[in-house]
Amino acid sequence: MYWNKSIECMDREELRELQSQRLIDTVRRVYHNVPYYRSLMQQKGLVPEDIRGIEDLSLLPFTTKQDLRDNYPYGLFAVPLSEIVRIHASSGTTGKPTVVGYTRQDIVNWSELMTRALTCGGTTKESVIQVAYGYGLFTGGLGVHYGAERIGASVIPISGGNTKRQAMLMRDFGTTVLACTPSYALHLAETIEEMGIRHDELKLTNGIFGAEPWSESLRKELEEKLNISAIDIYGLSEVIGPGVASECQCKSGLHISEDYFIPEVVDPDTGETLEAGKVGELVLTTINKEGLPVIRYRTRDITSLNYEPCSCGRTHVRMNKLLGRTDDMLIIRGVNVFPSQIESVLMEIGDIKPHYLLIVDRIDNLDFLEIWVEVSEELFSDEVRKLEELNRKITKEIQGTLGLSVKVTLVEPRTIERSQGKAKRVIDKRKM
Amino acid sequence: MLVQQISVFVENKKGRLVGVTEVLAKNNIDICAISIADTTNFGILRMIVDAPALAVEELKKDGYTVSTTEVIAVEIKDQPGGLNEVLKILRDHDISIEYLYSFVKRPAENALILFRVENTKKALDVLRESDVKIVSEADIYNIK
Repeated sequence: MYWNKSIECMDREELRELQSQRLIDTVRRVYHNVPYYRSLMQQKGLVPEDIRGIEDLSLLPFTTKQDLRDNYPYGLFAVPLSEIVRIHASSGTTGKPTVVGYTRQDIVNWSELMTRALTCGGTTKESVIQVAYGYGLFTGGLGVHYGAERIGASVIPISGGNTKRQAMLMRDFGTTVLACTPSYALHLAETIEEMGIRHDELKLTNGIFGAEPWSESLRKELEEKLNISAIDIYGLSEVIGPGVASECQCKSGLHISEDYFIPEVVDPDTGETLEAGKVGELVLTTINKEGLPVIRYRTRDITSLNYEPCSCGRTHVRMNKLLGRTDDMLIIRGVNVFPSQIESVLMEIGDIKPHYLLIVDRIDNLDFLEIWVEVSEELFSDEVRKLEELNRKITKEIQGTLGLSVKVTLVEPRTIERSQGKAKRVIDKRKM
Repeated sequence: MLVQQISVFVENKKGRLVGVTEVLAKNNIDICAISIADTTNFGILRMIVDAPALAVEELKKDGYTVSTTEVIAVEIKDQPGGLNEVLKILRDHDISIEYLYSFVKRPAENALILFRVENTKKALDVLRESDVKIVSEADIYNIK
């Protein structure tokens, strides 16, 4: 099922030609309309004419989140504020948020991207979609909302939180598609179970989950618990919001809409462009955006690109499921550690719901990793011996995967804070 | 002839046990026997209560991890050598004990001991053959 077959299944040569034209146009616009980009290009001795096509992309400077902050709030907009019809801002955990602006055409384009993604996820005109992403300055809620309305689905703009009510309305309103973060989906699934709502009382068939990295095992658990097919969607507000990329029903990588974005994967330390298939930081250039075009934006997301043809027929490149973020990446005694690695180990050991927390500390000048794992009913044993065995097994498996010694602590259920939005998986005490 | 025991996972931290007993108190559930197995980080609280199903339901509602296990309750003479007699029988039949603990309440001048063994069925058989008095759940709740 496609939304826009002629584009989504476009011949790759033609697509490249389209990308080149749009890149040339974007570079010209930012050079003339955004003083900051002009000065970045001038520092590199570049004029717009130097960019003759996609092959010249790597000549261009990177844009980072810091650049957006330094130009707070509107410094990087490429159109006058009178042309901007919508402003969003990212959840700045430290300091000021990063601000993004959309022209009327940008909103149309964003809706197009989301209709493609939602169609991939099984949404049709007949669907009843519960949008449990947060509405507001965060792009998640409204992004999904506009896409779903464009398809003609019935949209329930419930936003995040109030989980019991979400479960009740899901049953009463006959929701068929759930859109939210995967960790919230798990929380919701548990609540449904606790409330004693049965599968046959729900009409749910599809889940569209994104905004944070999640593992294959979590997908399996969510699909079983909610009796659905779940896909991963990707996006970030600095680039446009959700809808940058989406899995098709093949569930083996997320198709990036290449008529809107040019993806690259670079070495996060050196910035060097890596060949297809290599794992590194995803860098995106918008080539069809008016309000806030970004050139070679460093997403901080860790993935790799797959140009192999997909069996769904779409020709657009696939990015593999996110491994984590460069900022999630913990460096512990020189070893790179991603929370997603711990999650995979826990799921493999068997039926452990992925409620875990990584606590990193520095004791006597030595990094120390402690992992809290909640003891679910499936894991609990009345015998000390068996629980200690479990503890040893988890410790051994994690140490084997990470190549680091760790301390595993079994904790009571609900000890670890539940997320209403994005999951908190790490407490790093070393920064103090 | 077995007795339902409920086990609760508790972290080895201040204020954890009282959380459990508060749930029981609130629901007017009587604790007939209690024991705790502790390690550095966590403990397993084991209890015999007069309303095990209700206790499990209420504790789960409060977010505790709870399981139920069947244990054997044995009445022994509360005098030197009382427990020794029963343990000898189990040893002689090669039955190993996971754990045991005693009752808070007592029937007359006797003592009650709860056993969790490796092979429950075999243990019941040999204890009966040796004329050890096994106490039922109903009897336990009736001890005043």
